Amino acid sequence: MTSEIYTLTVNGNDYQILDGHPSESLLWVLRERLELSGSKNACEEGECGSCTVLLDGEIVCSCLVLAASAVGREIVTIEGLGSGNEISDVQQAFVDAGAVQCGFCTPGLLVAIDQLLNTNPDPDDLTVREAISGNLCRCTGYGRILEAVRIASNSRTVQNEEEKGK
Amino acid sequence: MGVIIAKSLNEACVVLAENPATTVLAGGTDLMVQANRGMQSMDSVLDLSRILELKEWTLKDSEIVLGAGISYTDLAEPQIATVVPALAQAARTVGSPQIRNAGTLGGNLATASPAGDTIPVLVAMDAVLQLKSSSGNREVAITDFITGVKSNALQAGEIIQSITMPVFQGPQEFLKVGTRNAMVISVVSLALVTDYLGRKLRVGVGSVSPVPFRATEAEEFISQEFDWEKNSSLSEKVINKFSDMVADSTKPIDDHRGTADYRKHAVGILAKRALERVCANGES
Repeated sequence: MTSEIYTLTVNGNDYQILDGHPSESLLWVLRERLELSGSKNACEEGECGSCTVLLDGEIVCSCLVLAASAVGREIVTIEGLGSGNEISDVQQAFVDAGAVQCGFCTPGLLVAIDQLLNTNPDPDDLTVREAISGNLCRCTGYGRILEAVRIASNSRTVQNEEEKGK
Repeated sequence: MGVIIAKSLNEACVVLAENPATTVLAGGTDLMVQANRGMQSMDSVLDLSRILELKEWTLKDSEIVLGAGISYTDLAEPQIATVVPALAQAARTVGSPQIRNAGTLGGNLATASPAGDTIPVLVAMDAVLQLKSSSGNREVAITDFITGVKSNALQAGEIIQSITMPVFQGPQEFLKVGTRNAMVISVVSLALVTDYLGRKLRVGVGSVSPVPFRATEAEEFISQEFDWEKNSSLSEKVINKFSDMVADSTKPIDDHRGTADYRKHAVGILAKRALERVCANGES
């Protein structure tokens, strides 16, 4: 059998995949079939992290996920960050810190950093470096990316304290 | 048959018995690289990643049984790390958070790379694999399971169910050489496991021969010299001899990650460093 029909749940929406070949990676299906081109395709071997998505809440390289095996799992891509036309706090922090140069690694980094701050709102520098060790950036030298994480982390800490104070 | 997502081990065994040529998928971190390059047929795939039985682990008597589907991330969690620290250290050095979330212990064994990070630890500990098929179960020692470069003893229809190893009393170390901390295929790796009850130091080495192996002569020498009563530090002469014996036991090759000479040198340094750390840990 060379094709099959299956359904993927991406950013809360169900998408029916028609005529998918069993060998297609999740990254390929996201970009080419669902036209969700935010996740980037660079190495296709799990080295660069530019295709990072959440699979049931954990970061993975979508190039290494067999699309047809992701049926029934919650997939969140860069398009799923923020709400409506509003960008997320991490995205805003990237803008404020100037953490984007060519931008190719940015979607993967944003997904990884958002997930990090969801589990650890106030990570130390080593924890951040470790959390993004699977995301390669060849432009920035990482300084402004680390700065962006600090900005997002601080704003979440302030927000949490305000909520506690209410 | 396309992609079948098995819900239980029995179901997976039945599918594999009926379609022995099916490609078995665990975490996908090796297999999908090949598929993306068009080098792996994916016309028919059996996905094991939803089988809960394969993610379970148990600790009883003096043994730990780890399901083959446990991810590197979970191996590095404190519950398992306190029982088999060297295995947790090895899991911690694999790839990146993305890779550790997906890749599994069973997948590392099925791939059977000379550079597989968990393998030197399992070899040092005399781990045993439980293999399951629709026609029955069997057990294979880790050294019999890995039969060569990227080849293993799995027969048609067999799935790795779990890996069992003894729980040893005493400090353990796993060390690896690579170009950076993350996303590194090891150039050299070494596991050192102390067994205070058996009065034995166990050494597994990786990336220095077609299959990871135990440096048995070096083990015998250092187990004699080791101070099992006080664990006092060893003389430089003894440490250096152990380091040389480990290095001499290896048969590395030149490749794009390093030369044979470098690997022989580096594995000796790792042996020395691991031994010094084990002595320091035992004292505290």
